[in-house]
Amino acid sequence: MGITTPNGFNLDNSGKRIVVDPVTRIEGHMRCEVNVDDQGIIRNAVSTGTMWRGLEVILKGRDPRDAWAFTERICGVCTGTHALTSVRAVEDALGITIPDNANSIRNIMQLNLQIHDHVVHFYHLHALDWVNPVNALRADPKATSELQQAVSPNHPLSSPGYFRDVQNRLKAFVESGQLGLFKNGYWDNPAYLLPPEADLMATTHYLEALDLQKEIVKIHTIFGGKNPHPNWLVGGVPCPINVHSTGAVGAINMERLNLVSSIIDKCIEFNRNVYLPDVVAIGGFYKNWLYGGGLSGKSVLAYGDIPENANDFSPAQLHLPRGAIINGNLNEVHDVDQRDPEQIQEFVDHSWYEYAEAGKGLHPWDGETKPKYELGPNAKGSRTNIEQLDEAAKYSWIKAPRWKGNAMEVGPLARYVVGYASGHEDIKNQVDGLLGTMKLPLTAIFSTLGRTAARALESEYCGRLQKHFFDKLVQNIKNGDESTANVTKWDPSTWPKEAKGVGATEAPRGALGHWVRIKDGRIENYQCVVPTTWNGSPRDTAGNIGAFEASLMDTKMERPEEPVEILRTLHSFDPCLACSTHVMSPEGQEMARVKVR
Amino acid sequence: MTDRVLILGIGNLLWADEGFGVRCVEAMAQSYALPEGVTLLDGGTQGLYLLPFLEAADALIVFDAIDYGLPPGTMKIVRDDEVPAFMGAKKMSLHQTGFQDVIATATLMGYRPAKMVLIGCQPVELEDFGGGLRPAVAARIPQALEIARATLADWGITVTEGRSRAEGLAQAPLLRDAYEAGRPSEDDACRIGDARFFPQVP
Repeated sequence: MGITTPNGFNLDNSGKRIVVDPVTRIEGHMRCEVNVDDQGIIRNAVSTGTMWRGLEVILKGRDPRDAWAFTERICGVCTGTHALTSVRAVEDALGITIPDNANSIRNIMQLNLQIHDHVVHFYHLHALDWVNPVNALRADPKATSELQQAVSPNHPLSSPGYFRDVQNRLKAFVESGQLGLFKNGYWDNPAYLLPPEADLMATTHYLEALDLQKEIVKIHTIFGGKNPHPNWLVGGVPCPINVHSTGAVGAINMERLNLVSSIIDKCIEFNRNVYLPDVVAIGGFYKNWLYGGGLSGKSVLAYGDIPENANDFSPAQLHLPRGAIINGNLNEVHDVDQRDPEQIQEFVDHSWYEYAEAGKGLHPWDGETKPKYELGPNAKGSRTNIEQLDEAAKYSWIKAPRWKGNAMEVGPLARYVVGYASGHEDIKNQVDGLLGTMKLPLTAIFSTLGRTAARALESEYCGRLQKHFFDKLVQNIKNGDESTANVTKWDPSTWPKEAKGVGATEAPRGALGHWVRIKDGRIENYQCVVPTTWNGSPRDTAGNIGAFEASLMDTKMERPEEPVEILRTLHSFDPCLACSTHVMSPEGQEMARVKVR
Repeated sequence: MTDRVLILGIGNLLWADEGFGVRCVEAMAQSYALPEGVTLLDGGTQGLYLLPFLEAADALIVFDAIDYGLPPGTMKIVRDDEVPAFMGAKKMSLHQTGFQDVIATATLMGYRPAKMVLIGCQPVELEDFGGGLRPAVAARIPQALEIARATLADWGITVTEGRSRAEGLAQAPLLRDAYEAGRPSEDDACRIGDARFFPQVP
């Protein structure tokens, strides 16, 4: 039986149910269930987060100047961006401004993280949704070389001998029996469309990306003092600048700045010669697979980031755009105010929480986190082993954040749609250029591939922005300004008795906000609304489905028992799960299991 | 004699016994004076970020919570080729990049350390966000350190009692005493809820 959601999706849960559950040490975290009709087309989608984090309560009573160090541990992939959001929230609450150099350095670090994350996401996770590494073993190195030179004439690593060497290395590795990757994929699924030489080219670039990412993170060591888990500071950045002498240990001197500059150049080169050409080349083979748009053509949200000048977060001053688009109306970009209690609200009617007042949305400053774990009457299995969720009832530990009542997609594609609609020159040129090259209409960006392409374009743009802020930093230092921190309000005795603030950033995965309340020098309440809360949100009071759910709708599955298409689309969001899966175990295990009911 | 040794603690200190490895390197810094060439690092849950550190090491000691199906609190030592190395396929998220992937990737790239020792402890409790080490696991830290010291001695490196510089460790508020002492009560923290992770709920 079908129903239509307020945000325009026709749901029908009568067909076969498929459950995809990632297997981690702590079971669950994110799972999705879909119903397919007899043609294998997805007619209903249910996404759930099966774990409650509650970082909010770990932070209660702690020193707000330390909050960043805790938030950095939420996640092993997006450490720095949580730290930045946290220091911004505390600075906002206490009215602390930061110096220009701190703004430039923070921007370089945040942009660096975007590039690192986008590159690693594409080559390490997402490429395997499109590229078949088993097929790469069968490729002709000469044909691969010709393909490489055709798609990226400036990339120096393109000889037949180079690709033969890589192929031999892969073969040796497979023969050593260690590469679960080659055994455990759905490699004979007809959803894979690349010819062997494209598979070899992309697999080779996976290795090149691994080499590059080692270099990229050095920037975090230089400015953050250490990596992993770089240092941050409320009021600025923790690294002193001293370009006139050898200076104190850890001070930023010309030698270190030159290293930063050379890393930035490597990022720019890789984006231009490898990453973007790969996305164009791979995308060319999948041009007819334009599923996965979901909310991207309807409702998208970006907080904006990368302020040109310190402490100025007005939309025109942000290099990554801010704004909201609703109901697919690209002619109107709404401004977003994270403080306005009527704009961002979280609903829990389909989440395992309860509010004092049912059916109401709460702004994060007034957020409540009271668990209520109960399964709906149509759920199958038991409380301790859910076989099938009942999406008409509560079904997720993720709350449902909404912007003025609308379910929103966040992330690189959301940023690019907002940027395009706002007339952001760099973004518009990039998007039009890519669509022109690929001979696709604008509507093609509202898709899984569009999300993947936006991430690559953004990586390229972030490379240029990094250079811009590096030059700005060096110029400012040359002008005699070596200040990196404002410590006038470091001492809690200078703070008001009570204060509240919000910090917002664009994390690689999308809009990230931390809301803090400070009382008597200690954290009174701390709420994080992370990008995967937006994208992975369940239905809300009005019945609007969330971004993951929307993106799976109407997709045709080649083989329902092999959810290549589901993984492809969910991966395109770069979803965030809790990082607690690092327990060593003796055997390789599959990272997802599938049940067809 | 081994030139460059990396002593790495991995895991998420926010998840109870997941923090075992990180707490071991922290205790190592507080207990031993390590010679030049031996680096202590809190690797957290950093996955591929750790590759450059592996590349720069001839020998590796890893402290981690392990899952070998042993009774909780049991130690397990694994050496060289027996250290798990595989790449997980069908990942849902990059956040599922475990240390097994890191070692497999280092192997593929040709910079896996020549010598490796994994010093593991089977956890008692993982599903307690914001929690600290359980007593049975915390009690294993001295033994883990002793094994690390013996391993270093095998490699021709002598360590004495004392302290080591610890730039690679967690920031002060996250060190074990501060972290565990600052934890709110169970009621304040609502550590109740999903029966799968909070089995005390009826």
